[in-house]
Amino acid sequence: MAKYQSGLAAIFTTEEAFLKAARATYDAGFRKFDAISPYPVHGMEEACHIQRSWIPYVSFVMGVTGLLGALALTYWTSAVNWPVNVGGKPFFSLPAFIPIMFELTILFAALSAVASLFVAAGLPKLDPPTIDPDLSSHKFAIFIPQNDAGYSESKVEELFRSLGAIEIKKAQH
Amino acid sequence: MKRNELVLGDKTLKDITEDIVAPVESFPGKGWVGMFLGAKTLFLFYIISVAVVISTGMGLLGVNTPIAWGTMIITFVFWIGIGHAGTLISAVLFLFRQKWRTSVARTAEAMTVFAVMTAGIFPLIHTGRPWLDFWLFPYPNQRGPLWVNFRSPLLWDVFAVSTYATVSIVFWYIGLVPDFATIRDRAKNKVRKIVYGALSLGWRGTARNWSHYEMLYLLLAGLSTPLVLSVHTIVSFDFAVSQLPGWHTTIFPPYFVAGAIFSGFGMVVTLMTLVRIGFPAFKDYVTLDHMEVMNKIIMTTGLMVGYAYGSEFFVAWYSGNIYERYVFFVSRASGPYAWSYWTMITCNVLIPQIFWFRWARRSIPIMFIVSIFVNIGMWFERFVITVTSLHRDFLPANWGMYAWSFWDTAILLGSFGMFLTLFLLYLRLFPAISIAEIKPVMNVGKEGKGGGHH
Repeated sequence: MAKYQSGLAAIFTTEEAFLKAARATYDAGFRKFDAISPYPVHGMEEACHIQRSWIPYVSFVMGVTGLLGALALTYWTSAVNWPVNVGGKPFFSLPAFIPIMFELTILFAALSAVASLFVAAGLPKLDPPTIDPDLSSHKFAIFIPQNDAGYSESKVEELFRSLGAIEIKKAQH
Repeated sequence: MKRNELVLGDKTLKDITEDIVAPVESFPGKGWVGMFLGAKTLFLFYIISVAVVISTGMGLLGVNTPIAWGTMIITFVFWIGIGHAGTLISAVLFLFRQKWRTSVARTAEAMTVFAVMTAGIFPLIHTGRPWLDFWLFPYPNQRGPLWVNFRSPLLWDVFAVSTYATVSIVFWYIGLVPDFATIRDRAKNKVRKIVYGALSLGWRGTARNWSHYEMLYLLLAGLSTPLVLSVHTIVSFDFAVSQLPGWHTTIFPPYFVAGAIFSGFGMVVTLMTLVRIGFPAFKDYVTLDHMEVMNKIIMTTGLMVGYAYGSEFFVAWYSGNIYERYVFFVSRASGPYAWSYWTMITCNVLIPQIFWFRWARRSIPIMFIVSIFVNIGMWFERFVITVTSLHRDFLPANWGMYAWSFWDTAILLGSFGMFLTLFLLYLRLFPAISIAEIKPVMNVGKEGKGGGHH
């Protein structure tokens, strides 16, 4: 499957060099590159010009759906489908339904946000190729895929070398 | 302002990974095996006790008329309350940008998940016919369809606790994903690689993924914060919405939430002192400064709880309601259950006062003992609320005492077996400190030594 791209990867050992390299890679005109790190690096979103995540919009819409869904559920079951007189309370007892509406708002918003991450990050991935096993521990990498604009092996290698990469290798990502 | 170091010692990124992953990758020592065998035996005893109670009936416990709510409800509220500290640390302190939370958040959240799992079983058994518990959910059925009563606080509780359990588990798991990837990438052993590879969902920390991930984490923290406040609020509605003197008070929601945080931090301190003894390498991450901050929270919330106890008495007197006055001034303070009331006051209000002293806040033996007293005191708080309010109701002819039985003890102690078994397994199978979260804060307090830009 053409799910993974081949390209060149450069390994860095410090956060500072990695951040600088990401900035330089973007400035060199590459747009499809990936910056891989063991933890979220402060300033990386600006360096790679990553847009703000769209997950909150999904979460908000689904939260509202949960709220209205709970309102519809409580109203329809208590006042329409089979109204039962409980202690003389109104069939549509809105204040008593608020806890249900609140909980379903949170539930829908939270679960849809998690589902959005799965979509955004392409999870779950079965056996993805690893550039270097230390990338989830103490090393950082910049990966430029072959199909990026202006990609040529020699040019990328030169760029990586000038940025102080400790290792440059062909990889899939 | 000079900050104290959050991570002690000059550690590299690699050291941090190795320190935290060590318990997962190494064979457990005698201490862990001993505790696990003890906890597991207690857990088996619990399973048998629950089976006997379910097959024979709720009558085995001390519940009777007038005290129809007993150990099941008391211990349910106790365990749910304990869970609250985990969410407070992982979500509320995250929103307040309290960086110290990082090293205790994972374990506190694990405690939340296991405490809620332990708690959730009690109301299910308390229904008396647990095989019909699916009736608690509104689903189309052939009985009419007869729907659940959405006006009942007990049903609000079903929604609150199940939402809380779901969101807590998801929040905890999302936090674990990058760390599972770390274990996967380090694994030499094939089985470990497959298991943690599956758990990590194939996570690769690309900048785009981290950007979405951090946004999700913020959202879940933002959603969990009102959620955790709502859960104990709704648990308190189980009592407060009724007409019974001793239960029917507007102070209950904040009072229950403060108590929940108080008891939860008690349990966090109990567990973290043990984790520090069991895994000495973690002392660099969970430092005395961390423990001291948590002890301050214990003392603060203990004072809030004490204030609530006081204001209950004030309102009982000020309202002029004779039944309300009777419950507090006669029944609780000097009735047949006065011993439980004064145990509660001693454990929750008096003993934590020792934390006014800095040496006490920084002494591991003292904080361990105080945290045990807090746990005992908070169980008694729920005992006092449930039993003393019920045992003398409006007609003296109906008065009675809770008939505490062997099975009450078995259920109460056994639930600790379940909780500790899960917790001990967690310590060995999951990274007990968030690897990906501790690295960005490793240089806090080290500015003088040329590190960190935070």
